Amino acid sequence: MIIKIDNLKKSFKDVNAVNDVSFKVKEGELFSFLGVNGAGKSTTINIISGVLKKDSGKVQVCGYDIDENPNGIKSKIGIVFQNSVLDKKLNAYENLKYRANLYGIFGSAFKSRLEEMTELLDLKDILKRPLIKLSGGQKRRIDIARALIHNPELLILDEPTTGLDPKTRITVWSVIEKLRKNNGLTVFLTTHYMEEAADSDYVVIIDSGKIAAEGTPHDLKNNYASDFIKMYNHREEAEKYFSSLGYTVINKRDFTEIELTSTAQTAQFFKEKPQLFEDFEVLKGNMDNVFLKVTGKDLHGG
Amino acid sequence: MLECRKMIALVTRNTKCYFKDKFTFFMSLITPLILLILFVTFLKNVYVDSFNKISEEFGIEIAPRVLNGITGAWLMSSILSVSSVTVAFCSNIIMIEDKMNSTINDFNISPVKSTTISISYFISNFFVTFLVIITVMLIGHIYLAAVGWYISVGDAFMIIVDCICGILFGTLLAGIVESFISTQGGASAVSTLVSSMYGFICGAYMPLSQFSEGLKNVLAILPGTYGVGIMRNHYMNGYVNEIVKNITEPEKAEAMIKGIKDAFDANLYAFGNRIPLGAMYGILLGTCAALIAAYVVIVIMKSKKKK
Repeated sequence: MIIKIDNLKKSFKDVNAVNDVSFKVKEGELFSFLGVNGAGKSTTINIISGVLKKDSGKVQVCGYDIDENPNGIKSKIGIVFQNSVLDKKLNAYENLKYRANLYGIFGSAFKSRLEEMTELLDLKDILKRPLIKLSGGQKRRIDIARALIHNPELLILDEPTTGLDPKTRITVWSVIEKLRKNNGLTVFLTTHYMEEAADSDYVVIIDSGKIAAEGTPHDLKNNYASDFIKMYNHREEAEKYFSSLGYTVINKRDFTEIELTSTAQTAQFFKEKPQLFEDFEVLKGNMDNVFLKVTGKDLHGG
Repeated sequence: MLECRKMIALVTRNTKCYFKDKFTFFMSLITPLILLILFVTFLKNVYVDSFNKISEEFGIEIAPRVLNGITGAWLMSSILSVSSVTVAFCSNIIMIEDKMNSTINDFNISPVKSTTISISYFISNFFVTFLVIITVMLIGHIYLAAVGWYISVGDAFMIIVDCICGILFGTLLAGIVESFISTQGGASAVSTLVSSMYGFICGAYMPLSQFSEGLKNVLAILPGTYGVGIMRNHYMNGYVNEIVKNITEPEKAEAMIKGIKDAFDANLYAFGNRIPLGAMYGILLGTCAALIAAYVVIVIMKSKKKK
C-alpha cells in the first residue's frame, strides 16, 4: 500500500473537516477522491503532504509514518495544486530549478532531470518563457513537471483540470496516462469531473468529512446508479407501457427516458414489447449519477 | 550544509521575484527619491535658516557650499534612516504574496525546514532593501558632491555601516509585523502606516530638539531614534569640522559644535542625559538582537502551530 490512512480526524474549531476517515491506495493505481467543495478532500491532501497536522489517526505514505518521518514522505510525493502555485514572474526553467533545489537536486542532477521532464512533457519551447505568458495548458505542464521534478512515487492531483478547456484537459490526461504507463506512477486524484473518475481503479467519495461510498467505478455504478433506456420512436406507447409497470418516465425533446432498476430487465421488455424497440439505447448509470445519489441529502450515505 | 544550499536557493528565488517586478522595485526606489526632492524643494530653506541663526550667534559665516552640503547631508541622514525601515516593509511583499498565492504551501510540501523558509525571506528582504538604500545613497551622494562634499572616507564608510544597522532593524521589524499579515490590504495598510508615521516618531522629519521635553523623552525610548542619531553624526561630522576650522578659541569651537549637533539631533538626550555614539549603536543593535530573538520565537511557534 502506498497510502494507508486509519481513523483520520481533523477539525477546525467546531467543524469536523475530516471525521474518522480510513482508506488505502495501492501502488500504481489511479485513485479518485471525490467530494463537493468543503467535503474534506483538500484537508486530507494537506495532512498527507504535511502542510496540516492531524488531530488523530494514523497516516502512512510510501512506507513512512507522517508523525515519525514527514520529510521522508515529502521526498516521495509530488502535488499538482488546483491553482498553480509557481512564481508567475519567473520563467519555467527558474521555477523548476528553485523547486528542484528544495529537494537537494542541484547542478548536473537538475539538468539531467530537467532533460527528462522536457522530453516527457514537451517543455522545450516554453522553458525560457515567463509563466505569466504561458497558456493554461502550458502552465499545467509546468505544474506537472514541478510535481515530478524529484521523481516521486506518488503524484497527487488536486483538481488538475478545473478551469481548463476540453482540449487542454485531454492533453493533461494524456501526460498523466503516459506517466502511469511508463513509470508505474501512483496517482491520487481529486476532481469535479466525474468522467475523469470513471477511469480510476478505485474511488472514494467523501461527504461532510466522512466517507460516503467507496469501491471500483463499476461497483459504485452497480450499487448507486440506475441504468436508462432512451426510446427515440414509439414514444407515446413506450410511456404508457413503462408507466403502467411503475417506472419513472421522463419525456425529453428527442427521446423518452426510462430509469431502470436493473439492466437485466431490458431483455424481458424486448420479449414482451419487441415492436417498441426500433430505435433505442440502453445506458449504464455514470459516475455523475453515483455521486448525486451518494451525496444527495435524501440519499446521504446510501 | 544541504539545508544551507536550500536556503541560498530560496533567497535567490525571493530576490529574483522581487526584481522581476520592475514596478515594485521602481516604487521602492522612487519613494525615498521623492522624499529627497520634497525635502530639497520645500524644507531646505527652513534648515538653512536654522544653520544661519546658529552661525550668527557665534559670529561665524558659513560658506555656501558648506551650508548647502550640511543641509543636504542632514536630509540624507533623515531619508536613509527612514527608508531603511519603510523600504524593508515594502520589499517584504514577496513573503506576503507567497501566502496570498499559496506558494508557501508549495514550499511546505517540500523537504525544507519552515525555519529555513522564514529566514530566507529575512535575508532576501535585507539584501533587496540594502540594494535600494545603497542606490538612494549613491544618488544622494551625487547631489551632495554637486552642492558641497565634506564627508571623510571614514565617515562615508560608517554611513554604510549605519545603513546596514538601520536595514537590519527595519528588516527584522518588517519580518515580525508582516509575518502576521497574509492579504494585500493588510500589507498596504501596514506599509502606509509605517511610511507616514515612522519619519516623525524617530525624529527624522523634524529635529527632536524642536519637540517638547515630554515628547523628546518618549521618542528617546524608541530605538529607531538612535538609528537616525548615528547617521546624523557621520553625515554632519565633516561639515561641522569645516565650519569650526577657522575658529581659534577651542571653547568657542566646541560650543558651536555642540550647538549644531544639539539642534540637529547628532547629539541625542534621554531624560536630560546625553547618549554617547557608542551607546546609540548599543541600543540599536541591542534592539536588533531582541528582534532576532522575537523573530526566532515566532518562526518556531508558527512551524509548531501549523494548525
